Amino acid sequence: MAKITFIEHNGTKHEVDVDNGTSVMNAAIDNLVPGIDADCGGQCSCATCHVYIDSDWVAKAGSPDDQEESMLDLNPERQPNSRLSCQIPVTDELDGLVVTLPEFQF
Amino acid sequence: MSEVREPQSDERLQMPSDPYSVPLDKIDVAQPHLFANGDHWKYFERLRSEAPVHYCEDGFEGPYWSVTKYDDICHVDSSHNLFSSEPAIVLADPEEDFELEMFIAMDQPKHDVQRKTASPVVAPQNLKVLESTIRERVCTILDSLPVGESFNWVDRVSIELTTQMLATLFDFPFEDRRKLTRWSDVATTDPEQDQSIVASEEERRAELIECLEYFGKLWHERAGNGGGSDLISMLANGESTKDMVNKPLEYLGNLVLLIVGGNDTTRNSITGGVLALNQNPAEYDKLRANPALIPNMVSEIIRWQTPLAYMRRTANEDTIVGGQTIKAGDKVAMWYISGNRDEDVIERANEFLIDRPKARQHLSFGFGIHRCMGNRLAEMQLRILWEEIVNRFDFVEVVNEPTRIFSSFVHGYAEMQVVLHPKKA
Ligand code: HEM
Ligand code: FES
Repeated sequence: MAKITFIEHNGTKHEVDVDNGTSVMNAAIDNLVPGIDADCGGQCSCATCHVYIDSDWVAKAGSPDDQEESMLDLNPERQPNSRLSCQIPVTDELDGLVVTLPEFQF
Repeated sequence: MSEVREPQSDERLQMPSDPYSVPLDKIDVAQPHLFANGDHWKYFERLRSEAPVHYCEDGFEGPYWSVTKYDDICHVDSSHNLFSSEPAIVLADPEEDFELEMFIAMDQPKHDVQRKTASPVVAPQNLKVLESTIRERVCTILDSLPVGESFNWVDRVSIELTTQMLATLFDFPFEDRRKLTRWSDVATTDPEQDQSIVASEEERRAELIECLEYFGKLWHERAGNGGGSDLISMLANGESTKDMVNKPLEYLGNLVLLIVGGNDTTRNSITGGVLALNQNPAEYDKLRANPALIPNMVSEIIRWQTPLAYMRRTANEDTIVGGQTIKAGDKVAMWYISGNRDEDVIERANEFLIDRPKARQHLSFGFGIHRCMGNRLAEMQLRILWEEIVNRFDFVEVVNEPTRIFSSFVHGYAEMQVVLHPKKA
C-alpha cells in the first residue's frame, strides 16, 4: 500500500491510496484522476500515460527500459524525469510518491 | 526453362462473397474488391476464429501473413526490433528506381530523427493555436451547404475540410489547395488496378514530380526565414532536415506521408461518422440529447471506421506469433480493421456505441514508435466538426448506399449523398 500524489498541470492535487502491484497509470485511472489517457491500456505502446516524477523520487521510481525509452524519446515534451506511468508498479518503497502531469498527452 | 509461365494474376482465385466457400489456406483477404463490396468483415470474422495468424501463399504481391486479433497486432506493432517497417508499410514493395522515403517506412534510428523534426507542427501546443482557424473554416463550409436537397458529403465536407486543414498545416496557397487532394489520391492509387485514377506508373510519377516541384518552390521561399510554424518552414530550417530538399525522394516521401496521413484517414472518418449515426438511430438520439458525448464519440467513430485497414511489417528474424512461426523476411499485415472488431478484447465490438467505455482503446492509430503522429489533430478536427454540426442540423440524413473505395489499405468512401435537416429554431 502506498500513498501517491498526482498534481495536474493546473496545480490540482489528487492523493490516492494504491495497492502494491498496481501501476501508477492504473492508480490514476481507477481514481478518476484526469490527464492520463492510457490508450494502449498499459502495454508501453502509446505513451499517453506520460508523467513527470518529483525530483525526490526519481531514483526510487527507477529508469525506463529500452521499449519505454523509445516511446518517451519521441515525445517533444520529454524531460529527464519523464516516465510512462504504466511502467511503474507500486511498492511500499514508493509510499509518498509525487508525480506531475503534463499539459497534454500526445 | 522452356515452359512459358502464365502471369500469376490469371491463376489467382478471385475471393467470392462467402468466406466459407473458400478453403482456409486459399483465403486472400487483401483483395481490394472484398473491401469495395463490404465482404471483408465476414472474412476477418472467419480468420479471427479459425486462423488468427494466417498465411496466404499466393497473394497479388506475393505471400504474406495476416494477423487479425487485437493482442497479436499490438505485439507485432510494438516490437520494432522483431518487425521492420522497411521497405514498405503496404504489401506492395516499392518501385526500385522511384522509392519514396518516408519515416513511416523507416526503422530506428533514422525514423526517430525525422519524426522528431516534423512532430511539433501537430503537437497539442500548436493545435491549440490552430483551433480557432479550424473552427472558422468548419463553420464556413457548413454554412455554405445546400439545405433540403441531396449532395455528395464526401466532396463538399470530408474532402474540403481535410484539404483546408492540410493547406493550413503547410501554409499552402489556399486557392491551389485541391492539388493536395489530387496528389494524395495519386500517391495511393495503384496504376495496375483497373479502377486506378491514373493510366500508368509514368503518369503517376509525372504528377508526383509536379508535387515535388511545387513544394521545392515553397521550400526555397521559406528556407532561412527562421520561425514559420508551418511544416515546410520547420523542415527547411530544422537542424536534421535542412538538407532534405537535396534528397528529392526523401522530401517527396515526407510530404506524401503528411498529405496522405492527414487526408484519406480524416476524410473517411468524417464520412464514416455520418454513416454510422444513420445506421444506428438510437446513437444519433444520444448525441442530440447529450452533445458532451462528442469527444468519446470521436474515438468510437475512428475505431468503427478504421480508416487504414492495415499496416505491413517485415520480420527481421524467425519469431512466433499466435503459435505460428513467421520466418525472417516474411511480410506481415496487421489488420487493425479486424483487431478493432475482436470481441475478446472489445465488448460488443461490432456495435457502434458513442458512449462506449474506454473508447480510446482502439487500434486505428497503431501502437509503438510509429503510432500516428497526427492523432490529436484528427481528433480535434472531428470534435470541432461535430460540435458545429450539432449546433446547426438536427439530422444529416444519408439518402443512398455510399460507394466504397476499391482498396484493402485505405478504408473509406468515394461518394455518399446526404440531405441536411436544420435544427428547428
Ligand atoms: C483518423 C485519422 C487518422 C488515422 C486513423 C491514422 C492512422 C495512422 C496509422 C495506422 C499509422 C501507422 C501506425 C503504426 O504503424 O503503428 C499512422 C501513422 C502516421 N500518421 Fe496518421 N492517421 C490519421 C490522421 C493523421 C493526420 C491528421 C496526420 C497528419 C497530419 C497523420 C500523420 C501520420 C504520420 C506522419 C504517421 C507516421 C508516424 C511514424 O511512422 O512515426 N495521421 N497514422
Ligand atoms: S498506457 Fe500506453 S504507454 Fe502507458
